[in-house]
Amino acid sequence: MKLFNKIGMRLILAVSLTVIIIVGIFAYFNVQAHSTNLIAEVERHVNQLSETVKNTMQYDMLQNNREHISRIINIVGKEECIKNVRILNKQGEIIFSTDSTQIGQMLNKKAESCYACHAENEPLQKLAIKERTRIFRPTPVDSRVLGVINPIYNEKSCWDADCHAHTQDQTVLGVLDITICLREIDAQTEESKMSVALFALFAILIIAIILRIFVKILIQRPVRELLKATNYVAVGNLSHRISSTRKDEIGQLANSFDNMTSKLAEARMQLFQSDKMASIGRLAAGVAHEINNPLTGVLTYSSFLLKRVKDNPEMKADLEVIVRETKRSREIVKGLLDFSRQSTPKSGKVKIEEIIDNAVAVISNQLKINHVELIKNLSDSVPSITADPNQIQQVFLNLLINAIDAIGKKGGTIVLSSKEVSLSPYGVVQIREAQCPKGHSFIDDEHKINGLPSIKLKAKSGMNEGFIHLDPIYGKHQHHYGIQFSDGEIIHLHCPICGVSIVDEKKLGPNCGAPTYSLIIPGKGKLEGCTKFNCVWQKWDFVDSEGKLKFLEVRIKDSGCGIEESYLSKIFDPFYTTKGQKGTGLGLSVIWGIINNHNGKITVDSTINEGTTFTIHLPVGND
Amino acid sequence: MTNRTYDILIVDDEEVIVNAINVIARFGEYTTLSASNPTEALRLLEETTFNLIITDIMMPNLDGFQFLEIINKKKINTPVIMTTGYSTLENAVQALHNGAMAFVPKPFTLEELISVFRRGMEYSKIFAQQKLGTSSELLSIIPCPPRYSRLGFDSWMNEEFEGTATIGVTDIFLNSVGNLESVSLLNVDDNIYQGNTALRVTDSNEHIHQVLAPISGKILSVNYKLIENVNLLAKDPYFEGWIYKVIPFSLESEVKKLTSCSSDI
Repeated sequence: MKLFNKIGMRLILAVSLTVIIIVGIFAYFNVQAHSTNLIAEVERHVNQLSETVKNTMQYDMLQNNREHISRIINIVGKEECIKNVRILNKQGEIIFSTDSTQIGQMLNKKAESCYACHAENEPLQKLAIKERTRIFRPTPVDSRVLGVINPIYNEKSCWDADCHAHTQDQTVLGVLDITICLREIDAQTEESKMSVALFALFAILIIAIILRIFVKILIQRPVRELLKATNYVAVGNLSHRISSTRKDEIGQLANSFDNMTSKLAEARMQLFQSDKMASIGRLAAGVAHEINNPLTGVLTYSSFLLKRVKDNPEMKADLEVIVRETKRSREIVKGLLDFSRQSTPKSGKVKIEEIIDNAVAVISNQLKINHVELIKNLSDSVPSITADPNQIQQVFLNLLINAIDAIGKKGGTIVLSSKEVSLSPYGVVQIREAQCPKGHSFIDDEHKINGLPSIKLKAKSGMNEGFIHLDPIYGKHQHHYGIQFSDGEIIHLHCPICGVSIVDEKKLGPNCGAPTYSLIIPGKGKLEGCTKFNCVWQKWDFVDSEGKLKFLEVRIKDSGCGIEESYLSKIFDPFYTTKGQKGTGLGLSVIWGIINNHNGKITVDSTINEGTTFTIHLPVGND
Repeated sequence: MTNRTYDILIVDDEEVIVNAINVIARFGEYTTLSASNPTEALRLLEETTFNLIITDIMMPNLDGFQFLEIINKKKINTPVIMTTGYSTLENAVQALHNGAMAFVPKPFTLEELISVFRRGMEYSKIFAQQKLGTSSELLSIIPCPPRYSRLGFDSWMNEEFEGTATIGVTDIFLNSVGNLESVSLLNVDDNIYQGNTALRVTDSNEHIHQVLAPISGKILSVNYKLIENVNLLAKDPYFEGWIYKVIPFSLESEVKKLTSCSSDI
């Protein structure tokens, strides 16, 4: 980069220019004032001197003691800086002078010593000291000199004197003219000019250094970081974060950049996943066709054989397994085709024991090979549920295979248990309607969370304003945040239509003591929640008071290696796998999706080296 | 080849499928000939008469739909059963819309195919009579009212009021089934999808026949009278014998795949 293109250099140049202008103007006036003061001082001094000389000579002048006067003038004129002392008479003749060559010369009225009084036709008789002084250069090569003229006025003693040289009607008898050199003053002025210039230079240097340091710390470094980060993003590394701790604009820019990158990463991941889903869909379609043809062979021949062995019950039973399992394969392939087109579950009343038995039958061989003992504690009295039997069977199959994998070759046990339980509506009931106090609906059909219309609220955080989409399941908290919040921040919530606040500052949540928000649920009381970011307190008295809901609970407990706690929260995420190349990472996320589609819940509990328990809750005739 | 009549012409590029269908056909005591591609099948059709054709859809060169189109153009009025491993709803709807009498997704069981074969043979008879113009039997088929639309020869749909539609089974389908034993219906609030099975009809021989839904929608009400009296279906298939009233999902686009009954008369 060219030196001049650097932001720091440009700033330094701009500031230097400003400094030069300001210091220049300041110096000009300062030096000017200084030199004016000095000259005024000199003037005063010379005037005093001139008065002194005049007074000294008064007696001699009365006595007409010219020799004496001449001597005094010469003595005064010996002073180094006094250039010239002379007395001019009324006619302009130089009658005394330190420079003896000048004596007897006639000065024109226009000469610089006379001009002040003789500018007008009628000569002035009284002049202020300012007007009696003049600064000039005797010859262009000389240094400047200052001349003061002092008129010698006619006095009584003059016309009374015996010589009768002057008459009474004369006012001014002559002029005492002293010129002194200004070399020293000029030198001083010069010096102060130099020192100001030096000061300006020094100031610019210091400012430049300070600016350089600040620019480096405040701008260059963070900008370089940003530049580096954009380059990372450009080459596809979306995991790089600047993590700036600064609070200024550049810090905000860096945070905003980080936010953008993480959003980009999410979007890319989603794109990647939907891409993956699309390829799985295409693959599924291809596979469906390729697998269905051989399955046709198996199914037709086995169903044909089944017809022919009516008399052989043993063989008939075996063939029935083939027919049943081939039909199941058919449904799986159909499921693959449907998966690529996101079909809804085919619901029917199902008995969970039958589904579990079918799933166990498929993997009974694997159980044997891996020395896994399967214990079934299934309650006889559990009601049937409304579900898609094939999907639910896929859930149990996947969970059982996972359990076998977790146990490994050393053998172990899997305990399957089922019972009917009553659960709190917390985390289950869907909020279908919600309003602000003015009756505006919060329900957003466009933005869905887990397939359900979400609750749209306006949120404010400092200067930022955006939307929050609340999870419509009471107590589930899979909210979507449109803007960023810091951990533990109190969020101000408003109606997105009329902007009215729905936060009650006085009513504090019991968990963290932060203010609560409340949504009006028409006909069903109100739903309250905590405004603190990441606090999960929610309360809906109306639903809570309705009592518990009935669920079928199925537990699958294995004695396997367990899952590390840090992985537990991630295991239902799509494409998350600990099996490396062995797994697709789709199993548990698909299971989660199936259970979620059935309005159920799946949770996991695990202890390292002791085993993992998956608990599934499916609704029994709720609604 | 002599000019004798065979029951079924099997068209499929995979030998194992041809053999499997053959096994089922023999079990049902039907005579068969097979072709491994439509071109060969067309040659056979020139020399021989068949009561029924069963063809795969995905085949190299000419596919099942093109084959069906040629048959339609040649005015060969042999009923055609279409089958494929790529058993999407779109394919099912397309097959019926293009004039196939049935769509059977692979893999199928012996029972499923036998049921369709039986129906196919009945269709064959009806079609033959229609061609000959024999009136006595033909009159027994009640025509579909003109403002109705039908999906192939399976089911009909009538848009009653704004936003609801009634669906039912065509008389020609019921005729091909023969004596009805029972029906199994879906429930209120269930969804049906165009081309998916909407109901199953069991005949007196315990063969189960599947009727594909003409449109997609959510079931509003079910004609439960049919459970008590299944013959209501055959007696008045277009009015009293309705099956479901539904809220259609996307009627506008799906109607394109239906045939207006006004063209039948």
